[in-house]
Amino acid sequence: MRHILRRREWVADDWRYLGEEAAGAEALIVPLAELRQDPARWRTRPGRLGVRLGPADRVEELAPELPALALVAVEFPNPGDGRGYSSGRLLRTRYAFAGELRALGAGVRQDQVFLLARCGFDALELAAGEDPVAACRALDRYDVAYQPGAALLPLRYRQSAP
Amino acid sequence: MYRYDELDQAFVEQRVAEFRDQTRRFLAGELSEEQFRPLRLRNGLYIQRHAPMLRIAIPYGLLATAQLRALADITRRYDRGYGHFTTRQNLQLNWPELARVPDILAELATVQMHCIQTSGNCVRNVTADHLAGIAPDEVDDPRPYCEIVRQWATLHPEFTYLPRKFKIAITGSPEDRAASEVHDIGLQLRRGADGGIGFTVRVGGGLGRAPMIGQVICEFLPLADLLAYLEAILRVYNRHGRRDNIHKARIKVLVKALGAARFGSEVEAEWHAGRGAAPSLPAAEIERVRACFRPQPYAQLADLDVTGGREVRFQAWYRYNTRPHKVPGYRAVFVALKAHGSIPGDMTAAQMEAVAALADRVSFGLVRTTHTQNLLLADVPQRELHSVWRELDALGLALPNIGTLTDLIACPGLDFCSLANAGTHAVVRDLQQRFDDLDYLYDLGELEIKMSGCMNACGHHHVGHIGILGVDKHGEEWYQISLGGSANGFTALGEVIGPSVPQREVAATIERIVERYRALRTEDERFIDTVRRVGIAPFAASAYAAHPAAA
Repeated sequence: MRHILRRREWVADDWRYLGEEAAGAEALIVPLAELRQDPARWRTRPGRLGVRLGPADRVEELAPELPALALVAVEFPNPGDGRGYSSGRLLRTRYAFAGELRALGAGVRQDQVFLLARCGFDALELAAGEDPVAACRALDRYDVAYQPGAALLPLRYRQSAP
Repeated sequence: MYRYDELDQAFVEQRVAEFRDQTRRFLAGELSEEQFRPLRLRNGLYIQRHAPMLRIAIPYGLLATAQLRALADITRRYDRGYGHFTTRQNLQLNWPELARVPDILAELATVQMHCIQTSGNCVRNVTADHLAGIAPDEVDDPRPYCEIVRQWATLHPEFTYLPRKFKIAITGSPEDRAASEVHDIGLQLRRGADGGIGFTVRVGGGLGRAPMIGQVICEFLPLADLLAYLEAILRVYNRHGRRDNIHKARIKVLVKALGAARFGSEVEAEWHAGRGAAPSLPAAEIERVRACFRPQPYAQLADLDVTGGREVRFQAWYRYNTRPHKVPGYRAVFVALKAHGSIPGDMTAAQMEAVAALADRVSFGLVRTTHTQNLLLADVPQRELHSVWRELDALGLALPNIGTLTDLIACPGLDFCSLANAGTHAVVRDLQQRFDDLDYLYDLGELEIKMSGCMNACGHHHVGHIGILGVDKHGEEWYQISLGGSANGFTALGEVIGPSVPQREVAATIERIVERYRALRTEDERFIDTVRRVGIAPFAASAYAAHPAAA
């Protein structure tokens, strides 16, 4: 059973990715390309719908579908690939996406979670072998920040966010 | 200078705690070398040829004497009693022990210093003109804006894992002493029609492989929009910069691929779309930071005839190693780290402490580092110059060669750096020996030699009047020579004159080049101007005349 760190809670994942067993899962995450190919098929499906963005996928393409989505999962294939941070931040700020924003992949490690949370990721599907307790603790490594960011962490700022 | 408030201090201390934990996990085998690498790089730590190398940030090159003393103390207790000042105005330690690096960072934090983002694919130390705040030709002091950008870039949640390293320079003067046109972003301070402060924004400059001069994408960016606009540039780059090939990942490659006009319009669109969520720059915050850089409490002094009746050596030092100051009665003084027989930019702990004492006495307790690998005492009363000269001379820091051939820039080279193809130290030594006659150097006049041990170009060889690039030729160290580069106000990339030459031939080749200049120059014509007038062909013809070994 896959677990995720959702807002500091280590919980069983109630979502399935397209292709995983349990084809009739209530909450299903499909890749952006699938969704774009046949949006009506996925929108009319009963249950909650999520979409998975690869690092090179553009959030602009997702914009028309956002109202139908309860989750967006963004891939971080390795810690050095920082494109997903921009995807997350744009989804939260420009498109005001209020559903679950999930980070997944080998790049989701305890040394990245603080930045991920600052960009608005409220669900972390940790890389294999990552200790969820350490990852949860790592959210509190800093209590100050220089830039405005998502309100998930209790941080002190010199200026109030715009 | 900028002083940390409680928030800045808490941040650096939390950063130290984070890196202490990361180092512990690495040493305990919980993090692989591959996993640890991006973390240590973002704290300035390289694993080099002989030992780790630690790069300490000196934001825009400004140091309080308490900080310089702390650096001296750290080099003594954690290293071998000296440090190396770099072309990015930072200080490198060559021999720290990995396990003790967290302790070094903790000591730095006690004097408001750190190693954050001095390497890795993130925004690096923001650099500025070393004459900032005192130059007579300055539009405005760039340092408050450097500090504002430094804070914005520090652990930026969105831009800490960029495609490649990212360098920003800010210059306040038309004579671009910060080499801003060869930075990923170069900001040049301007005054707008209404007298307000703003910047001309250049992007895509850079040395290294495929060097490029930055192109203007915004003629005048009002100060209040600075962070929002930088955020737009970085976002376009973070999303669209290449990540498939490390050699094509700098922003210059993206700017070239799109063209500056299209890149600029992408930034413009992103800027407008992102305004609501971008960091603002309130007038009160600008004022808070600016207040840290007020002019010093200068005495009412008159300009003096400093050199009349003094020693010839002092007169030469005054002419070459001091610069005008906008306040009457003051002068800026170079602390020359280019003594013949020394490594450019190297300084011992004892020298650092002595210079700190001197700065406390005559220059308001502040010292600056320059991208030409010297130090500067910015605010010295002219009446103190003779005693300052005597002290610096006794310390071996007064060789009057600033701006001449032997005031050369060199990266650490193969002796210390695992990226290098060739050493720099042996060539430096040869040049210092061959050009040891100061009168000959003065006759040659203003001449910049810049040398890098590999094409990453830490020694800025592309923009040297004479550039020297170390190359590996079947396991031997050879050197490619270029002419005509420049980075001060008239930025140009040098042209390679021909085949590379072996190490033992470099100094002689350069002597033939400068001899050719002496034959070609018109009265008072600088080396760089002669090269621009006649091109490189006559120099190339002379350079190789005498050594068939280069074939």
